[in-house]
Amino acid sequence: MEIKEQNYEMALDTFLLAGKIMMESGAETYRVEDTMLRMARSQSIEDAQSYVTPTGIILSLGRRQITKITSISTRITDLHKIAKVNSISRKLSTKIITLEEAYDELRKIQKTNYFLPIHLQILAAAIASSCFMVLFDGLWSDIPAAFIAGGVGYFVVLIIQDMTKVKFFSEFFASLVIGFLASLAVHFGLGTEMDKIIVGSVMPLVPGVLITNAVRDLMAGHFTAGIAKGTEAFLTAFAIGSGIAIVVAF
Amino acid sequence: MEIILQLIFSFIFTACFGVIFNAPTKAIPYCGLVGSIGWLVYYVLMDYGVTEVQSSFLGAFVIAIVAQIFARRFKMPMIIFNVSGIIPLVPGGIAYNTMRNIVELDYNLGIQNGMRAFMISGAIAMGLVFAEVIIQLVMRMFNKGKTSMQTYARAKRRQKGDFS
Repeated sequence: MEIKEQNYEMALDTFLLAGKIMMESGAETYRVEDTMLRMARSQSIEDAQSYVTPTGIILSLGRRQITKITSISTRITDLHKIAKVNSISRKLSTKIITLEEAYDELRKIQKTNYFLPIHLQILAAAIASSCFMVLFDGLWSDIPAAFIAGGVGYFVVLIIQDMTKVKFFSEFFASLVIGFLASLAVHFGLGTEMDKIIVGSVMPLVPGVLITNAVRDLMAGHFTAGIAKGTEAFLTAFAIGSGIAIVVAF
Repeated sequence: MEIILQLIFSFIFTACFGVIFNAPTKAIPYCGLVGSIGWLVYYVLMDYGVTEVQSSFLGAFVIAIVAQIFARRFKMPMIIFNVSGIIPLVPGGIAYNTMRNIVELDYNLGIQNGMRAFMISGAIAMGLVFAEVIIQLVMRMFNKGKTSMQTYARAKRRQKGDFS
């Protein structure tokens, strides 16, 4: 049962990789910490310590063992990866797979792209925007305009995100396009209520995950992570708001 | 009739957000279910004249409980179910009005709407956290006062054949 001396490095790499993937996919900070420590305990490493922030993870396996840092540069929302890492951690804890197998699996998860095809995502965004019209007492006749504006807006986010890698810029530009499309639709008689069309089409960009995670982290006592994520959410909301403000102002 | 319509559309709405956030494919219908249950609570309460902050709190509370049940049932992290579930409750329209008022230099109305949006999002977050804490308490009661850590340690000792 006792883990051998040379295996400590392997264990450390595995736990850090798991934490890194989870953090990059948008998991809550306390869950990342919990997962890493659980995995460590399952390998009979009882006194592991971790310090997790949205931009980096420090993990130590205890008094006489090494400590490692990993940095996290990109953060997206990818719930599938979180679920995958979670199941690996469960399997490791219940001794279904060994440490080496877990490491290989995690490497595979890190490399794979679990996102659904782009046209499906855009279709989902468009449908979500048009459903918003029904939920919030919009006019049924505005649905086509919201469908198009929502789809195009999400497409713009994906494209500019890919080109520039600057998150706030892509959101700003997408909301600008959405506002422009909505005002065009109203101008040419394809829609009636510009406000509702804009709000509906902007919904797929709303930083819902960030807001939830920020508050959850604050409640769990991770103040550094909570404030950082809250700032990210605020900046995203601000980018969306200012994009639309330009359209509304003119 | 109106309620059935709202249920169907909130289901589609939330499931679409499940796709956007890339939830595991088999979890997407359940994401939709969580969202439509939460929206139903919110909608019915609003219909009975409860204020929007209270309705949002209770909606988020129910969402977190249902999400927790699904999370235990499917052995997936809870975040998968509740993140898309709360999206219908997010005060997007009010936030939009805030921004619009401020652009139009109507600061009084802007602050008023901004405060509303802030209170509603705070209520949603509190609803989620309260539900989780209460579920933890209930689970601890079922586990006879032992936390999951203690249960874990006990199971581990038993595995080693050390019953002391």
